[in-house]
Amino acid sequence: MLDPKIPSGPLAEKWTQYKASQKLVNPANKRKLNIIVVGTGLAGASAAASLGALGFNVDIFCIQDSPRRAHSIAAQGGINAAKNYQNDGDSVERLFRDTVKGGDYRAREANVYRLAEVSGAIIDQCVAQGVPFARDYGGLLDNRSFGGAQVSRTFYAKGQTGQQLLLGAYGALSREIARGRVTLHTRREMMDLVVMDGRARGIIVRNLVTGDLERYAAHAVVLATGGYGNLYYLSTNAMNSNGSAAWVCHRKGAAFANPCYVQIHPTCIPVHGDYQSKLTLMSESLRNDGRIWVPKKKEDAEAIRVGKLKANDIAEDDRDYYLERRYPAFGNLVPRDVASRAAKERCDAGYGVGTGYAVYLDFADAIRRMGKEAIEEKYGNLFQMYQKITDENPYETPMMIYPAIHYTMGGLWVDYELQTTIPGLFAAGEANFSDHGANRLGASALMQGLADGYFVLPYTLQNYLADQISVAKPSVTAPEFDEAEAAVRQRMDRFMEIGKALGKGQTTSLHTVDDFHKRLGKIMWEYCGMARNSESLTTAKRLVKELEDDFWKSVFVPGNANEMNPELEKACRLEDYFELAQLVIDDAQHREESCGGHFRTEHQTADGETLRDDEHFMYVAVWEYQGHGQPETMEKEPLVYEHIKIANRNYK
Amino acid sequence: MNFTLHIWRQECAQAKGHFETYKIENISPDCSFLEMLDILNEQLISGAPHDTQPSTPNAPIAHPVCFDNDCREGICGMCGLYINGRPHGNDDGITTCQLHMRKFKDGDDIWIEPWRAKAFPVIRDLVVDRSAFDKIIQAGGYISTTTGGVPDANTIPIPKHDADMAMDAASCIGCGACVAACKNASAMLFVGAKVTHLALLPQGQVEAADRVHKMVAKMDELGFGSCTNTYACEAECPKGIKRQSIARLNRQWIGSLLGRDGR
Repeated sequence: MLDPKIPSGPLAEKWTQYKASQKLVNPANKRKLNIIVVGTGLAGASAAASLGALGFNVDIFCIQDSPRRAHSIAAQGGINAAKNYQNDGDSVERLFRDTVKGGDYRAREANVYRLAEVSGAIIDQCVAQGVPFARDYGGLLDNRSFGGAQVSRTFYAKGQTGQQLLLGAYGALSREIARGRVTLHTRREMMDLVVMDGRARGIIVRNLVTGDLERYAAHAVVLATGGYGNLYYLSTNAMNSNGSAAWVCHRKGAAFANPCYVQIHPTCIPVHGDYQSKLTLMSESLRNDGRIWVPKKKEDAEAIRVGKLKANDIAEDDRDYYLERRYPAFGNLVPRDVASRAAKERCDAGYGVGTGYAVYLDFADAIRRMGKEAIEEKYGNLFQMYQKITDENPYETPMMIYPAIHYTMGGLWVDYELQTTIPGLFAAGEANFSDHGANRLGASALMQGLADGYFVLPYTLQNYLADQISVAKPSVTAPEFDEAEAAVRQRMDRFMEIGKALGKGQTTSLHTVDDFHKRLGKIMWEYCGMARNSESLTTAKRLVKELEDDFWKSVFVPGNANEMNPELEKACRLEDYFELAQLVIDDAQHREESCGGHFRTEHQTADGETLRDDEHFMYVAVWEYQGHGQPETMEKEPLVYEHIKIANRNYK
Repeated sequence: MNFTLHIWRQECAQAKGHFETYKIENISPDCSFLEMLDILNEQLISGAPHDTQPSTPNAPIAHPVCFDNDCREGICGMCGLYINGRPHGNDDGITTCQLHMRKFKDGDDIWIEPWRAKAFPVIRDLVVDRSAFDKIIQAGGYISTTTGGVPDANTIPIPKHDADMAMDAASCIGCGACVAACKNASAMLFVGAKVTHLALLPQGQVEAADRVHKMVAKMDELGFGSCTNTYACEAECPKGIKRQSIARLNRQWIGSLLGRDGR
């Protein structure tokens, strides 16, 4: 039976009550306890720095050559916090409500309230670390607006907020490394979780330079390894972002929640070729000043697509600012899922520009109103990035954008303490499912990552570790470590064997890992992307299964396992994506309603909005692994809204 | 577009490296430089001997070319190739992943090398070890704060001009192009950027003298060279970090000596 461990009492006092009654570990005992943190993004770095400073022994791992390169670094627009510095009506309560509504009433109330509650302290912490947030001429902090909110609560550092927040956490982490409280392990990829007597006690990692498998033991393991957006191959995620660390934990018994909740970001640079390796995000902050439109007349759109007309040739009256038309209250600042679907709707109806799968994001009005310099100061680096990729000048001609996979709300199921269903295994940041429901609001991922790492785990982890003080650090020579390592070795050998068998037989042609990954991504995007229905999901399931069979027959991984081998790394991740893809499809199939990023075409209102079914689906779908190729079993965590009034999500 | 690639291949840190030549054809001008390398690798893998054997010293390496990369949008600092004699290639204000093939001419010869610096040893092919940068930051490139117990964010106003200058210096991505561009393999721009970022903020003042000393000492210890003011680092920095950072680093360093002695 799932126990979310939500503290009793009124919503606004739950976290205070929890902190007052949780168990603590005294300083002498902290020195005896070891914690493993996997991932050095906002959640991982902030957790490791905070836990190290408390006096625990921390080992932290990342796949890049430095902890500063985790993909949090790429977040552009900002971080939300209920500071109400603008005096525009913001409060913890308001941020909480916006987040629950933004998530289409599919998030856990208590977690979201706590997130809003600690949001202000995050900004204080970052400023103390030297994060150079934007300021006004009086020297105080500046704010801007993001989707799904009518207040300005987003703090930012140019278009590089994620970078600056991560460098702040990286600085705090570096300090603990220098003090000897945290040990850093770079270029290591987690390959398996070691479970002893039902508790998470260690990990197996692959040294990406030497290919060696290494063992690390601890009293608790924190997973902060991000989301699984790269399942779709083309996404805004970094090339090395992957879902495997979470997935191996799932195989070992950690339940996986709401896998079908995938966020598709409306403002990305459109796809342009088959060789393309990733999609580049254009920050949501651009929607503060940019206006989104397509031509009103189909013939104009057609003329643009064949190059006969340019965007600037279309008269003002012939432009359809469809977000402003459909959602007058929020206009261009509707939440991401709404904006993405609206773009798809226009393009599917034949009004798309570029390749047909693009819409305009136009700054002409803003430049007229504020001047080019003001726009340059606010968005200069984003405009430069756009120009480098597309070779077009967005100051003169509107940007072309289209939705792309960006973030995954689903993830490892965690309780209020961020503990998974495996005792001693915690999940933080995008790797868990907890705070965003069926759709995440812009500038809330940074908030959640840092909230989990700085202000939640240092408390909840202590509550767990208080019972572990008399437990000796597990030995890496224990049989559980032997078994886990042998299983990882077997997995890798399987790939090497396929190549050798192919060489001898020569019966089938071979394919590269990327070739399979691109095909998997296309299936998922086409049949389980922005819009899904029972039929498309059935098709997706069949195609993924066929592709997986094919993969095991003809994937070719060159080189050896005991050397630097990026192809082998990708192959292992793709093996996990095949299983994950099927779970995403199953979850999408079972959830016969539309909510947030999950849009089932069978369930929509007359004007194309999501249609929830609160009576039947107001729960978290929590999946348990049953072995390869076996359908997973699902348990429900009911969502109980005691505080907030459920309403239709309306941005009109 | 068609190109002839000359790529540095080196099996491991201990092995001797050499240039290998590859032809690549039908590349779209909109393709990014790293996507072009992806295509090359796909071709190398497809043409690789299926039964993997240890390669003999002079045999061409069929193993795909190893190169670091991650975000592919110019912010993580993971990628870094020396292309036709320039770090990050022949364009300004970009990282390698933001370089597009339209910047080359059809039929060009392209020479691709790893960063060359004593403090950045080669790991394999084009991949180098930049952990020296982390060690410099660990020596003091932060403001010592423990989680919690800090004042409200708006307690200390910071003049916008200072905050903006701090932001410009803080936008360093730690890619190492400055070191690679420098004939002395000096890390002065990297260290100067961090010292500048923190020295411009009131929060960074407390530890300023200690910080600059420790970071410079660590930089010297790790084998980075000295600055002889040629500013190749500034010219090649993908994030436009200014040489004034180096001036500020020097000023802070001298000031720290005086301050220490005077106290």
